[in-house]
Amino acid sequence: MERLPRWADVVLVPLVSLILAFAIAAVVILAIGQNPWEALKVMVEGSLMSPYGWGYTLYYTTSFIFTGLAVTVAFHASMFNIGGEGQAQLGGLGVALVCLYIPWPHWSLALLGAACGAALFGAAWAAIPAWLQAKRGSHIVITTIMFNYIAASLLVFLLVDVLRPPGKMDPTTANFPPATHLPSLDQLPLFNLVFTKAVPANVTLLIALAMALVVWAMLWRTRLGYQIRAFGKSESAARYAGINPVRIIMISMLISGGLAGMMSINNVMGEAERLLANSASGAGFIGIAVALMGRNHPLGVVLAAFLFGFLFQGGAELGLWTKIPIEMRTVVQGLVILFTGALDMMVRMILVRIFALGRAQRMEAA
Amino acid sequence: MDYATLLQMLDSTLRLATPLMLACIAGLYSERSGIFDIGLEGKMLAAAMCAGAVAALTGSAWIGLLAGICGSLLFAAVHGITAITFRGNQLISGVALNFLAQGLTVLVAQRLFGQGSRTPPLSGAARFEPIILPFADAAQSVPVIGPFYAEVISGHSMPVYAAFGVVALTWWVLYRTRFGLRLRAVGENPAAVDTAGVSVAGLRFAAVAITGVLCGIAGAYMSTALQAGFGKDMTAGRGYIALAALIFAKWRPIQAMWACLLFGFFQALANRPDVVEAVVRVKVPVPFLTALPYVLTVFVLAGFVGKAIPPRAGGEPYVKER
Repeated sequence: MERLPRWADVVLVPLVSLILAFAIAAVVILAIGQNPWEALKVMVEGSLMSPYGWGYTLYYTTSFIFTGLAVTVAFHASMFNIGGEGQAQLGGLGVALVCLYIPWPHWSLALLGAACGAALFGAAWAAIPAWLQAKRGSHIVITTIMFNYIAASLLVFLLVDVLRPPGKMDPTTANFPPATHLPSLDQLPLFNLVFTKAVPANVTLLIALAMALVVWAMLWRTRLGYQIRAFGKSESAARYAGINPVRIIMISMLISGGLAGMMSINNVMGEAERLLANSASGAGFIGIAVALMGRNHPLGVVLAAFLFGFLFQGGAELGLWTKIPIEMRTVVQGLVILFTGALDMMVRMILVRIFALGRAQRMEAA
Repeated sequence: MDYATLLQMLDSTLRLATPLMLACIAGLYSERSGIFDIGLEGKMLAAAMCAGAVAALTGSAWIGLLAGICGSLLFAAVHGITAITFRGNQLISGVALNFLAQGLTVLVAQRLFGQGSRTPPLSGAARFEPIILPFADAAQSVPVIGPFYAEVISGHSMPVYAAFGVVALTWWVLYRTRFGLRLRAVGENPAAVDTAGVSVAGLRFAAVAITGVLCGIAGAYMSTALQAGFGKDMTAGRGYIALAALIFAKWRPIQAMWACLLFGFFQALANRPDVVEAVVRVKVPVPFLTALPYVLTVFVLAGFVGKAIPPRAGGEPYVKER
């Protein structure tokens, strides 16, 4: 097949995919008898037109940056980590244990400890599928799916039978002590000029952005990143160049699981301030869409995470103010994954035709 | 545990294993042809909604079943076009279709009935009623075997018996027909099939269509027989358990049946923690029973219980010439 110019490959393909996904989403809204234009207005109104809306949009964005980066790092080693959901739930467990059982003097230290706990637990949950892939050749996709379900069961068990404070009915942990409460954006200097009332978005947003930078530097500015990318492009070539495949699979999946786990400092520590069942609430899966949309580049991931943050908050507003059910955002999520992840060849074929047509016309003119 | 409880458990095992069995065999066709399908869950869910909705509107479970199959086929067609025609990533396509089904079923059910994403409760001819096999009542008096026949074998709805028929038929198709031979070949070495002058794309589309039909029956069974109507996310991960069973059975039909019966038995146990406690004399937390199929599958995948080797060309789009 003919090649597209580089700018078309980087900008045009994802853009056209996205437009196709949203066009079909609009058709779906029309089909259930609603007005897509009105729906878009409600979404923008509810997520971007007030500090309150921004507070939620950025809160979701933070979670999605972590899970998107998690999928991205694994993708570069040509591993498809669908286990972000389970890894994030285990990360939540790590956060809860750190916050509940260690007496922290100040939130900043607690944040550091919780981030380590979250990353450690998330990485541990990714370690077994990674080891099975590296050593026994078990397909990572299937094992991580299985581990999502095992994680869900494990957390239900721990919350109901172990961590639930005596005398409480809800399957949750005790509330975290006040010293571990993270400042939300309205309590941070500069940010409090915009956010005057309490919002869920918190200091974790800055950590998420920093992690995006770290992941970029790791992938494109270190030897390890080079090895990961080389391994992802061609396993046999990497092996020939002396790159140890077991090491690369393990390291990339541990980083991936750690990033997915770190999402929990945003929702468990920053927002709920206790561990609930199903704490990740689908963010692990959205990470797949975010990574695909963001073309596996940290900058793209941050932008895509923001888009999904907008969709998530806007979708909630749709559920509140219109007759369109909140599940519309699951539909959009599916469409974006389908078009940007699975049908990019179709988009590319269409664009190649169009470019060829343009070239033929120019030749005729000349 | 007395004999009556055991029969009860086996009875509900059959009921719960049926959707797993149908979905598992569905996946078998697709994966044997070299198309990975982690979208079994979504196809079942779409079928459950279509069947529940149409059965409620027409009052006929059979028309509901047909609608369920159509709904599932639609998703199978998208997966087929993505994976075969456009050579897209089959895993990503499956993930995407699962999300689409999860959202669209709620949207459509809410639009049609406005009852908070449920379809109206079904009764009478809109559900598949239990079929009492001949002599079931008369056999009750025969010791041991009689109650087994009456309680466990007899008294299920049509899809339960159909599922076992599908397993037998699949064994015959896979190992005793020309189509079966070609299907197995195209999943291992599509180039050889192509060289023999058989269309790789045609075979794979046929396999994906069969997957759609069987997932359709599985989903329709969920909403018109196992339960009376569709509810949000009612398949609850069964598509993934079926996938696990398929790996557990190493992509073979008879073994798939046993794997699904085993996993169905686990589900039946998870519904009755009191029985489990009475037998093992220790309180077993329900989550352990829920997680058991997944843990077992990981063990099989790890190669501790024999090695599970997938069809060799699985997940790879076939390019005719390079």
